[in-house]
Amino acid sequence: MSDYIKDAIITGVWETFIMTFFASLFSYAVGLPLGVVLYSTSKGRLLENRGVNAVIGTIVNITRSLPFLILLVLLIPFTRAIVGKSIGTTAAIVPLTIGAIPIVARMVEASLSEVQPGIIEAATSMGASPLYTIIHFVIPEAMPSLLQGGAINVATVLGYSAMAGVIGGGGLGAIALQYGYYRYDKPVLWTTVTLLIIMVMLIQEFGIRLSKKHRKA
Amino acid sequence: MENVYELNNVYKTYKNDGREFTALKGVSLEVKEGEIFGIIGMSGAGKSTLVRTLNRLEEVTSGTVSFYGKDLAALKPAELREVRHSISMIFQGFNLLNQRTVIQNVEQSLKIIGVPRVKRRKKAEQMLEIVGLLEKCNEYPARLSGGQKQRVAIARALAADPKVLLCDEATSALDPKITGEILDLLKKINEERKLTIIIITHEMAVVEKICDRVAIIDDGNLAEIGDVKEVFSNPQSKAAKKLVFPSNPFEASHPDGKVIRLVFDGTQSSVPFIANLVEKTGIKVNILSANTKSVGGIGYGQMIVELPESQKERQTAIDFFRDGGLSVTEVS
Repeated sequence: MSDYIKDAIITGVWETFIMTFFASLFSYAVGLPLGVVLYSTSKGRLLENRGVNAVIGTIVNITRSLPFLILLVLLIPFTRAIVGKSIGTTAAIVPLTIGAIPIVARMVEASLSEVQPGIIEAATSMGASPLYTIIHFVIPEAMPSLLQGGAINVATVLGYSAMAGVIGGGGLGAIALQYGYYRYDKPVLWTTVTLLIIMVMLIQEFGIRLSKKHRKA
Repeated sequence: MENVYELNNVYKTYKNDGREFTALKGVSLEVKEGEIFGIIGMSGAGKSTLVRTLNRLEEVTSGTVSFYGKDLAALKPAELREVRHSISMIFQGFNLLNQRTVIQNVEQSLKIIGVPRVKRRKKAEQMLEIVGLLEKCNEYPARLSGGQKQRVAIARALAADPKVLLCDEATSALDPKITGEILDLLKKINEERKLTIIIITHEMAVVEKICDRVAIIDDGNLAEIGDVKEVFSNPQSKAAKKLVFPSNPFEASHPDGKVIRLVFDGTQSSVPFIANLVEKTGIKVNILSANTKSVGGIGYGQMIVELPESQKERQTAIDFFRDGGLSVTEVS
């Protein structure tokens, strides 16, 4: 393996990290509130609202059913409008974020739904408002599950970031594709894939530990 | 004494997939300030629904539930939350936050009403001391036993200085010894803090032990209501009789044998009726089952006896018991 490829791989690791970090951060910034809304407006919940739930639910389902590769291509004009270009690491963060938001939202909704109805009944009987109940009772009770879901989401984003290589995004995925696949350079291909696997495992392990540390029951 | 609750002709109908189910069918009752009021009934009788109408966790379909003269159904959401601060509730499943420590759980009810941090902590510590769990304040609920969890729930319920405590099958998940301890604690709180307590249960023993008055709910109806002592010694309704006298597992030894039930109350329980009967008339009866219980310190008992075959002797025996002031009913 030549030195410039080694340098490219090191840069690739860093770019993958940057893409995964920011895309996860932004997708949680939007997906977490969205998940809370999906949860609390669904049938029998504190702020039941069929209209809101149906609209958000449909949007989430549509974005989630689109294959990520198609989403990447479809979003090129949108990405260009936001960051001024459609290739590179920064540009890849946009479709990654959009692609991850619905996944995050559904994951958050599932975690919150696991909370025992009795907890909500207790909060209501104490005179807590629906919003107070969600913030101070439901979310803290769901925290271990939310963290575990978080690790899965970050690992998914990392996997998606490799796909961004196809449309000129940076990172390990791009290197695997350009040097490893198009040039038939097997060592590069295997090195990048191994690095990706290690990164996913680290995220998963970190997530599980964090969740365990938080889980008191 | 003032009425804490006045329920007037309360109906509750659930609609589910087009089918209707009426859980409460015109219940009217009053709960007086400072008393321990029991609501007892078999599973599915509607008692859990009834207690949930008392803090409007359930909306009534018709009728009114008044809390200190205020119709709960007329309250706006913010007013209802305000009223709920004076109506605490504990549950069969405890419903503590598992991801929060014991003291954080107790503080929750104070946090909701906006008590500042330092004051909140101090109050929570006082409450934990009352329930005898101060040393566990930094533990998580998962490390507590069922009885301890219910004590934490009681501390949490008391922290906001409520006027009423609703207990929804609060001891049903606990063993008899722990149930006794929790009931003693509730009794102590009732006496010391003059707190009105409403207890929902399917266990007769719970009502016997601490309730002043009891309402018997049967199939959504109020079957009987009154002082525990009266209802226990002289149940009128079928539902009450079923609860007070559990079904008799014994059959007469002859196909045409006659079995009767004798009910004693306080004063008569110290008289040896069966021995007297044998001594005075020579008639022998066969005791099939007997039990006594103490309600408010007075002994109540019932005995199932089989009478001899001769009609004349039977009548003599029955007359003997009736003359002694016992209540006699035929079982078979």
